[in-house]
Amino acid sequence: MTWLFDNFDYVWSLTVRHVWLSAVPIVLGFVIALPIGWYANRHPRLRGTLLSAGSILYTIPSLPLFVIIPGIVGLGILSPLNVVIALTIYAVAIMVRSASDAFGSVSPAVLDSASAAGFSPVQRAFRVELPLAGPVLLAGLRVVSVSTVSLVSVGSLIGVNSLGSLFTDGYNRNFMTEIVIGVGATVVVALFFDLVLVVLGRVLLPWASASRPVRSTVTPMMSFAQHLRGGRV
Amino acid sequence: MSVFSETVDWLTDSTHWSGDDGIPHRLIEHVGYTAETVAIASVIAIPLGLWIGHTGRFRTLAVALTGAMRALPTLGLLTGIVLFTGIGLTPALIALVVLAIPPLLAGAYSGLESVDRQTIDAARAIGMTEWQILTKVEIPLALSLIVGGVRSATLQVVATATVAAFVSLGGLGRYIIDGQAVRDYPQMAAGSVVVVALALVLDGIFAGLQRLALRSRPSLVPTSA
Repeated sequence: MTWLFDNFDYVWSLTVRHVWLSAVPIVLGFVIALPIGWYANRHPRLRGTLLSAGSILYTIPSLPLFVIIPGIVGLGILSPLNVVIALTIYAVAIMVRSASDAFGSVSPAVLDSASAAGFSPVQRAFRVELPLAGPVLLAGLRVVSVSTVSLVSVGSLIGVNSLGSLFTDGYNRNFMTEIVIGVGATVVVALFFDLVLVVLGRVLLPWASASRPVRSTVTPMMSFAQHLRGGRV
Repeated sequence: MSVFSETVDWLTDSTHWSGDDGIPHRLIEHVGYTAETVAIASVIAIPLGLWIGHTGRFRTLAVALTGAMRALPTLGLLTGIVLFTGIGLTPALIALVVLAIPPLLAGAYSGLESVDRQTIDAARAIGMTEWQILTKVEIPLALSLIVGGVRSATLQVVATATVAAFVSLGGLGRYIIDGQAVRDYPQMAAGSVVVVALALVLDGIFAGLQRLALRSRPSLVPTSA
């Protein structure tokens, strides 16, 4: 604990970096995956291809991806952008499936009635489909955020500082406290992102929390599917 | 461009294909760690997951634990466990076993949960014992998801074993960590390419096994899967 107080500025600066390195891929991944998922839901044949492409991308282990990206993009190996790009790829890979499921969960009858009520296709997409897909999108985004926050730390192995630096430094100095504080701080950052998303969900989707569907048989399947997609190194 | 050709040169250099630091030896090490840790973790986690899934006991706890594990950074767990238990091969492998358990557990219990309740009631009604229900009804129907758990655990371990080169484990991660130490990018890139290839091949094999498990189901009732 004394170590934390003595080095609070250092831990805090790493925490801020960690938040940035996580936030950018989460937001970028969401923005990129949204239209792809929407399109995939519209075109069932493409959907399969896009989803398998996503799951193949997600199969690539993170450390090798961090190393390969600078070779492809032409950045220096120490650039934090490598980590941001790699994590954005993972975020898109997970989020495309979620987005496609989310738009698929919108009842076709509702869409038809929106068209009948005179919504243009664009209006319908933004004002009917997107809000109704919201709860499933949010669930996907929460999975993305947890896994991204956890993966950022691996970047410290190739010299991209984050809370992960506390692990490499603590290990090299044989200093357990530093590692424990690093794990704790990472969990706090993950909870912080989750809280932000939940609050955003409450504010933007007030109807979602009002009527929770009773636990269906789909729930365990989904929780497992989410688990598969989360928690990769 | 030149980075690419240097990586290819590194990969095709015959000196990198023999000896203790050669690709075949590192690859075998990596596959060995993966097989060993996934096997140990399976022996622990699959029976436990089947028990949780069959009885429904401790389900909430299992869901919470497997969920919470996701939030923990693997590098932190790895360095923490190794530092706690002592540097060397075994502590790193213990850490890999720990990380392989949640996906295996989730695969087993959610696999059993995906089995239709009515099917289980019917099995009980025709006089099957609990053991028969588990082995002749639930496991065959859930097999695809159980294999899915093994698949996800395997990929997790392949990835973490790479990271574990940092805590002095052998395997393909050595190229990345050792290359980083001497700023030898082609070596790092070449090692990475081999790890990616290994992950994709293993994923493909497990995808095939899952399909096989799905096809060998006792009946072909359409499910939400």
